[in-house]
Amino acid sequence: MRNVSLHIANGEQVAIIGPSGAGKTTLLHTLACALQPSAGGLQLGDVNPWRLTAKQLKTLRGQLFLAPQVPPLPPRQRVVTAVLAGLLPHQSFWASIKSLFYPSNIALADAALTRFDLSEKLFDRVDRLSGGERQRVGLARILASKASLLLVDEPLSALDPARAEQAIKTITGFAHERGATLVCTLHHVEMALKNFPRIVGMRDGEVVFDLVAADVTPQRLHDLYAQHLDELTQAAPLAEFAQPEPFKSASCVPPAMHLR
Amino acid sequence: MKHATVQAANETYRLPPPLFDARCKACWFVAGLLVLVIASFYTLDLKWAQFFSSDAVTKMGKFVAELFAPDVRPKFLNKLFFAALETLAMSAVGTLLAVALGLVLALPASRTQSGDAAKVRSALRLATRLILNALRSIPELVWATMLLICAGLGPLAGTLALALHTAGVLGRLFAEAIENAPPDSAAALRVRGVGRVTVFLYATLPQVLPQLLSYTLYRWENNIRAAAVLGVVGAGGLGQMLSYHMSLFQMSETSSILIAMLILVALVDAVSFFARRKMAS
Amino acid sequence: MLVNSEFKPWVIFEAGNFKPAMNFLGDFFPPKTTPDFLIEVAAATWRTVAIATAGITLALLLAVPLALLSVQALSISALAGRMGLLPRIVRQILRWIMIILRSIPELIWALIFVRVVGLGPTSGVIAIALTYGGMLGKVYAEILESGEAHTTNALLRNGSSRLQALFYGLLPQNAAELTSYTVYRWECAIRSSAVLGFVGAGGLGQMLDSSMKAFNGAEVATMLLVFMGLVWFADWVSALLRKALG
Repeated sequence: MRNVSLHIANGEQVAIIGPSGAGKTTLLHTLACALQPSAGGLQLGDVNPWRLTAKQLKTLRGQLFLAPQVPPLPPRQRVVTAVLAGLLPHQSFWASIKSLFYPSNIALADAALTRFDLSEKLFDRVDRLSGGERQRVGLARILASKASLLLVDEPLSALDPARAEQAIKTITGFAHERGATLVCTLHHVEMALKNFPRIVGMRDGEVVFDLVAADVTPQRLHDLYAQHLDELTQAAPLAEFAQPEPFKSASCVPPAMHLR
Repeated sequence: MKHATVQAANETYRLPPPLFDARCKACWFVAGLLVLVIASFYTLDLKWAQFFSSDAVTKMGKFVAELFAPDVRPKFLNKLFFAALETLAMSAVGTLLAVALGLVLALPASRTQSGDAAKVRSALRLATRLILNALRSIPELVWATMLLICAGLGPLAGTLALALHTAGVLGRLFAEAIENAPPDSAAALRVRGVGRVTVFLYATLPQVLPQLLSYTLYRWENNIRAAAVLGVVGAGGLGQMLSYHMSLFQMSETSSILIAMLILVALVDAVSFFARRKMAS
Repeated sequence: MLVNSEFKPWVIFEAGNFKPAMNFLGDFFPPKTTPDFLIEVAAATWRTVAIATAGITLALLLAVPLALLSVQALSISALAGRMGLLPRIVRQILRWIMIILRSIPELIWALIFVRVVGLGPTSGVIAIALTYGGMLGKVYAEILESGEAHTTNALLRNGSSRLQALFYGLLPQNAAELTSYTVYRWECAIRSSAVLGFVGAGGLGQMLDSSMKAFNGAEVATMLLVFMGLVWFADWVSALLRKALG
């Protein structure tokens, strides 16, 4: 990334769009304190996160939520536990262990899943879900968390249009209710324009424009996606997420095991 | 578009499935495991108090202190060198014998594609599989103590013990490798009426040779450790020296022997690792 | 090399050795099956299994912290780039400890401990605990490192503590492989425990040793058969468990 200068106020909702390789995910990870900027500075609130002690950084991380594009769900975990993992930063160690055996806040998980139409999957195992369902479970974890900065990476890549509509409305609605700041990278330009008041366009690691949604003209979009126009017209999911990823079972036995 | 309903008048309370489900096999496994572990600790007469007693701790302290001063007198080091050589020879000869025996047993023990004389073949297969299992179930040490009766004290018993046990292990691995080899070239030869052993030598063996070598090298790594230890029951080499000096509480000599063992093991590991890497490239 | 290992197989056939050896082998048939003896053997078999189980349990207690501390997957300093220097040194030291623990054969550990605590199962249990602790620790660390870090990273990045990330991410992700390897090592421990009996740790090994010294072929035959049966049984249980997990 080069020459990226952004100022996002509390409670704002921003969508980041651009062709593949533009640096959208990198920007999101930098905001989430997952990547350290090599030049320039990052400020969250009035603190520079990289100057904090480990403990303070951990607390800060507890106030943000980074939802990666591939839902980070262990295959054999139950959906309710996976969703309630959003509460971990605010739970004591023993409470979280107890919750593994008997989920501590089923109502919260249920409410979160209901908003994504998944409440009947509450006690199912994650590896029994389809790719789209898994993605929605990953999003439901956001709703179960107590974060005030939501950083969501491509939440719609495995969802069909109706579900995508529902998902994006749920996320933006939730951010609005909570008063949280929402930064979302999206491949789906239409969805971005419809649901987000502010659009940031990125290309080749630079911010090309930073405008109110109404000011984003088709011409601007065309310039942004030059040489990648198929991504603009199709709003295609990224190639590697086109089919639900099969979970590889850990069945590789090291050769040593047979040599006895 | 469906709007999600948020709250009902009274909150529905959904229960997770019970933690211990009588119909769930995994639960019974875990329960059985716990019973096994608890029973083990309970029935064994473990003398923890004695292990941590001041007497034991001072003894251990003395041992450790003496272990840090290995004996380096030239005469002793000379003896040590030859003992190490003996151990190395035991492991190498033992492994080589095991490869020969293992190959001989692996061929009848493997499932092949041919359909002729099925009953005789499967009886033969069963027999050789049983032999291989027997060979590898019995640990090297047990073989060694039995062979000491026949061969007397000294490294011969150790070599043969290693050979027998490792033949069982390698034989089974070789058999599996032969079974899993792609059958095309072997089938092509068999169709033309070539005898089974020749088929094996010309078609299957070249295909599985790298894998067999890899297994052998890996097994040699294990055997050098086993050879070092077999001496404790009288099979010569470093182990016999170790047992002798430990029984006399000569800790500094013991320490030198232990270091020699570690060096020998590391050497063999390194040779095996590089050989395998060279094969893989 | 052949000369070096005194490789003279014809020694077997020397008169002095051959006759008693053949007598011994002859005694193998029939194996001894008197009820008293069988009960003794059963008790010894249980002791062997118990020593192995207790040893592996303690090995777990040793291996788990060693593995967790030496694994990079829970490193917070590595979350955003390279690990800090001090954590790297600590991790390297722990790896060396595990190497030393598993390089010394358990028989040697047992020999040392027998001199300290005397004969009995304690030395066997501790010997197995130390050696297998090193082995399990190393393999656990490898499994945890090579498994998918995505789940754990996501939790750590959102502010959960390392232990929470362990239980909600790392363990569920790798549980099947970890358990599978542990069960396999338990099976190996049973064989080790039988061998340790030869230096006084009790169980089948000790009985075998005394019967062999007494040249009692019938007893030895029974015990060898029981031992093979035990190994076969443990192998079967282990394969069953691993299939159920996979």
